[in-house]
Amino acid sequence: MASDSSTERHQIALQRLRIIAGHLQNPVDEDSGINAIECNAEDSRPSSKNTRTVPRRRQEIMKWNGWGYSDTKFYFNKKGQAEFTGKRYRLSGLILPGLKDWFEGTFEANVLHKTPAVPTLNASAVQPPCLNEAFIEELKTTGIPFTHDAEDRVFRAHGHCAHEIFALREGRFGRVPDMVVWPNSHDDVVTIVELACKHNVCLMPYGGGTSVSSALECPPEENRCIVSLDTSQMNRILWIDEKNLTAHVEAGIIGQDLERLLNESGYCTGHEPDSMEFSSLGGWVATRASGMKKNVYGNIEDLVVHVKMVTPRGVIEKSCQGPRMSTGPDVHHFILGSEGTLGVVTEVTMKIRPVPEYQKYGSVVFPNFEQGVACLREVAKQRCAPASIRLMDNEQFQFGHALKPQVSSIFTSFVDGLKSFYITKVKGFDPHHLCVATLLFEGDREKVLQHEKQVYDIASKFGGLAAGEDNGQRGYMLTFVIAYLRDLGMDHSVIGESFETSVPWDRVLDICRNVKERIVRECKDKGVQFAPLSTCRVTQTYDAGACVYFYFAFNYRGLSDPVHVFEQVEHGAREEILANGGSLSHHHGVGKLRKEWMKESISKVGMGMLKSVKDYVDPENIFGNRNLL
Amino acid sequence: MASKALYVQRDPMLKKRDDFEDILEERRNSSDVKYGLKCYTPVLYKELTPCTAAELKNMVLHSDPLRYVINQVSKETGEACDVVKDEASAILEEMAHRLQLSTVRFFAFALCKAFKRLYRTVCINEEGLQRLQQAIQDHPVVLLPSHRSYMDFLLVSYLMYTYDMALPVIAAGMDFMGMKFIGEMLRMSGAFFIRRSFGGDKLYWVVFSEYVKTMLRNGFAPIEFFLEGTRSRTAKSLTPKLGLLNIVMEPFFKGEVFDVSLVPISVSYERVLEESLYARELLGVPKPKETTSGLLKARKVLSEDYGSIHVYFGPPQSVRTLSQDRLDRCQYNLKPRHIPGKPSEQTQALVSDVAYSLVRLQEENMVLRPWVLMASLLLQDLYQNLDRSPEQGLDLELLTEQTLWLRGLARQYGAFLDWPDSVSPSGAVSSSLSLHSGLVCVSGGRVRLAAGDLGAPGTAGPASAPTPEEELFARAVVVLSCASYRNQVLHVFLRPALVAAALHSAASTRKEEVFDSFNFLWNVFSNEFILVPGATLQDFEEDFEEACFLLVKTGDLYVSDQDLVVSESGKHTLSFLRSLLEPFLQGYQAGDSLSEKQFVPAVRSFAVRVLLTGSLRCYESLSSDLQKNALAALMRLDVVQKVKGGQGVTLSVDAVKVHSLADTLRGEVSAQKALHARL
Repeated sequence: MASDSSTERHQIALQRLRIIAGHLQNPVDEDSGINAIECNAEDSRPSSKNTRTVPRRRQEIMKWNGWGYSDTKFYFNKKGQAEFTGKRYRLSGLILPGLKDWFEGTFEANVLHKTPAVPTLNASAVQPPCLNEAFIEELKTTGIPFTHDAEDRVFRAHGHCAHEIFALREGRFGRVPDMVVWPNSHDDVVTIVELACKHNVCLMPYGGGTSVSSALECPPEENRCIVSLDTSQMNRILWIDEKNLTAHVEAGIIGQDLERLLNESGYCTGHEPDSMEFSSLGGWVATRASGMKKNVYGNIEDLVVHVKMVTPRGVIEKSCQGPRMSTGPDVHHFILGSEGTLGVVTEVTMKIRPVPEYQKYGSVVFPNFEQGVACLREVAKQRCAPASIRLMDNEQFQFGHALKPQVSSIFTSFVDGLKSFYITKVKGFDPHHLCVATLLFEGDREKVLQHEKQVYDIASKFGGLAAGEDNGQRGYMLTFVIAYLRDLGMDHSVIGESFETSVPWDRVLDICRNVKERIVRECKDKGVQFAPLSTCRVTQTYDAGACVYFYFAFNYRGLSDPVHVFEQVEHGAREEILANGGSLSHHHGVGKLRKEWMKESISKVGMGMLKSVKDYVDPENIFGNRNLL
Repeated sequence: MASKALYVQRDPMLKKRDDFEDILEERRNSSDVKYGLKCYTPVLYKELTPCTAAELKNMVLHSDPLRYVINQVSKETGEACDVVKDEASAILEEMAHRLQLSTVRFFAFALCKAFKRLYRTVCINEEGLQRLQQAIQDHPVVLLPSHRSYMDFLLVSYLMYTYDMALPVIAAGMDFMGMKFIGEMLRMSGAFFIRRSFGGDKLYWVVFSEYVKTMLRNGFAPIEFFLEGTRSRTAKSLTPKLGLLNIVMEPFFKGEVFDVSLVPISVSYERVLEESLYARELLGVPKPKETTSGLLKARKVLSEDYGSIHVYFGPPQSVRTLSQDRLDRCQYNLKPRHIPGKPSEQTQALVSDVAYSLVRLQEENMVLRPWVLMASLLLQDLYQNLDRSPEQGLDLELLTEQTLWLRGLARQYGAFLDWPDSVSPSGAVSSSLSLHSGLVCVSGGRVRLAAGDLGAPGTAGPASAPTPEEELFARAVVVLSCASYRNQVLHVFLRPALVAAALHSAASTRKEEVFDSFNFLWNVFSNEFILVPGATLQDFEEDFEEACFLLVKTGDLYVSDQDLVVSESGKHTLSFLRSLLEPFLQGYQAGDSLSEKQFVPAVRSFAVRVLLTGSLRCYESLSSDLQKNALAALMRLDVVQKVKGGQGVTLSVDAVKVHSLADTLRGEVSAQKALHARL
């Protein structure tokens, strides 16, 4: 019996692996053999046999001035049709016939009008490193690999805010780190931090580089040598404890690797932020990340059992792995969300779960957004939210439609036509108001089906109609490709960004309407000549509120300083969020982008508390990225 | 120079205003029936959730704030929730409108007939209506007409109907509801009725505010109410009431709507229907109760000529823009929004400022007719030459000449003057005189105020000879009527006039001293005129600078170093300006240690006595409006305090302060010793 269930579990694990591999095919890692120029010692530390996605030199597989893998991007082909290149995603290699019209219609843009990026990284435009020789001398003796190669430094000087990518595309680099180090273990980090303190060097931890809060921007006023501490090589699962269902993992591991490796043992963390292909465990801890399936697995703060962080004062960690403690304020909460200002998270013990037996996508169409929100609220009230439930507004629904790949069979298109006929004509939904919720159920088969029925029953009370698995699945796939789409926009004079907030239930509708309208109005006031895309979706439900995601983009033709306009619009939108009872951030963090609102968000005393912790832990401001405070 | 640039911005002459269009012209040439039945498809709010008046009531009854208060009241009084709910439902029933297009069509037809009869023209700025149309689509709209006459009531609805725009719902005083049939008709044309006072009644307040807010949020219809709360009997703008304004702004503060547009509307009448009624009311004859039969009796007014009406739809004011940097909306984050709460100080200050600026916008776009200027001059003449018999009057040619001079000055000060350019100046003057033949008569080339109708309303006894009091009363009616026309121009001259008075009373011509004196007058008169209360020193300075700028521009004043010097040519202007304030300065010297209720009649009887003895020259001190404002000012300045005693409220007077105040005011006028003896 036991063996039965374990083989079954193994089966499921394999199946799940296939699913993930479906959209996250990982390349063969060629890490070994390539060392940074400055590496003196051959890396002799034990390394996991498993292959890893991210090599030390990220440029080998990733874009230097855009999102994701170098081989993957959208472009308009000679016929003017949108195509998605590469082989990594379900959408890869497919033609998206609807995208061009949507793009041109939404942004009043022309796909023939191009705003190409600078093709290659011009290393000579990068300012020469400001090196601390004494630090380097001592670092060399430790054998920890490091470099001050321009490309490596540029890669670690930015996250993925629109303004950061925009500058890269124009070949502009501001202050970049002066060198990059790749510790291979907790002990390496201890050594590096000690040396940094000794030689007064500024350290900036770097995980997956997917920040969207300007957290990785080097403070221009920093005169010391800035060392980017890249944790990407600390990527092993050190042990799995099946009795307690925990895994002890090095913090540099990125989401897809962690999930894949655990899956091989039949487990998962269930933590799937939208950036999971590239973001790291340490980064999640440092920003209080949230995963799409938090309804089943919890957010990062619920998943973390034990954290080890290296600070200038020494290492902070708890002495046991008790599931809950009453030992004064939880010190983990100084670490969670510290955004690299206090130290480097090196190892994390995390909860794991057996890979679920069954997974099912679903979707529901609502006549309007109000009904959709009411349904989500009811689902949250009854505490029966599926692993993931997301509600897109009408604009996003239309956008999702534009991303439908070319259908090969006449039959499929016939069925699609029939579906839309049924929804709009028979049921009388207004295609300009209807919106769609995407669902993901997980668990054992029977329970999933039961759960599914419960949710669909609630939905039908709010006028919702089940709209099939396909729509649901496509919705989640979009999550992974949307960042690539921004690059396509930038190729055609469209600049865009997403941002998020959390808000009490009673304000969800108001905040969505007001923020979207504020964006439109700000664009108009700031001289944007074309109507912007301003859309939102509710991505998480909680007992007392929801997480709302906004997307906005506009055609910047005719603007002399599009980035500045863009920043003003984003600023206005954030002010609107705060005025409407939304939080400063649900999971992106504060970084430097949203620092100005910290005081009003957590009060003066709150700021004082955080500052005093910083002053004690890091009096010399070694971790000087100046985020948060 | 930077300050120059600032001055240019401030120059009111450069203010751009729209042109007017007469809407009666078309009506005179085509069928009214057809017009009443015309196709009506208004542009609506883009996020409108269509619902009927009945559904609306239901939404209000089931709203969260109402449920909350019902529970609260039920707990406090021990009554069952259902009982309280029924009570709420009854309140709503009493309040709610039943807007019906057919009734509006009927009114449109009837008003059309009436307007054609009463008025020569009804002019409106079509551009303003176009702006309004756009505003209605974008955001919930609140219409804020000035209130000078009952006519205002349906005039706006009539215009909206004519221009195919969403019909407003109108907050009306409960008094109208009492009118048989008419009350119901008004209800069906969009009026909803509110009690005049309901201070402590939580349930009433929440039903009322939720009713208004629900209509606003849903974009059911533009909401219309009168900022001034009641008709201004003096034609001066009244200090705005803030309650309803706060209610319509709150949905924005709480993020329930993206924005709210406030549209000031200035309705100016060449001749007000209620002209003499107002004067009598001010003199203490109680306002006739609104009854249908009273309305029918008032038909005789239909036979007279009331000149023209100008309606100016001001630019929509965005509450969002008005609150920018003024209000931290985060203050609403920490409490469920449906729990009613007192607005914070920050909010109150904002609402008050917005209210005042809206009233000033109304004032600014009020159209002034020649008669308004003439009335000012006639009254000044009356006050300045008291030794002369009132029968003597003013030379017509002199009046024409002075009116033309005043026209020039008013234009310089940015007044919105509608001067008939097609006729000669003397023609314009005489046509104005003939329109107001009830107040002035011309004989032998001299213009004098009419003697007034001696028979008080209701008392039909021409046999007995009039007592001196009756004669005085009759004169005062005419003077107060004229004053109500003069008052229309006050807002144009107010600030320079305050400077003129300050210059007159200040010990020296040093700028600081004049400013101090200006400041003092401002404080005294902030109940009388639309002067923003609680204004900071900076606001004072701005207004002071603005006033000085105007005087300097017209060459009446020089600023040399730190002195303000009146130019030779400016003496006339400044004396005119000063005289404009004189009636108020004089009137304010009346103060009395009498209980509050008695205050007004007592001061009146006192004033009658001193007027008869000839020691007080100002008929306007008989006006209850002026007396009330004076009392409020005295209380505000802590000169008089309310003392709650056994026999109700009495007022205790701080004799020292009264003396000092009177002394300061005397600086401006030759005050009467007799007055102070009483204090």
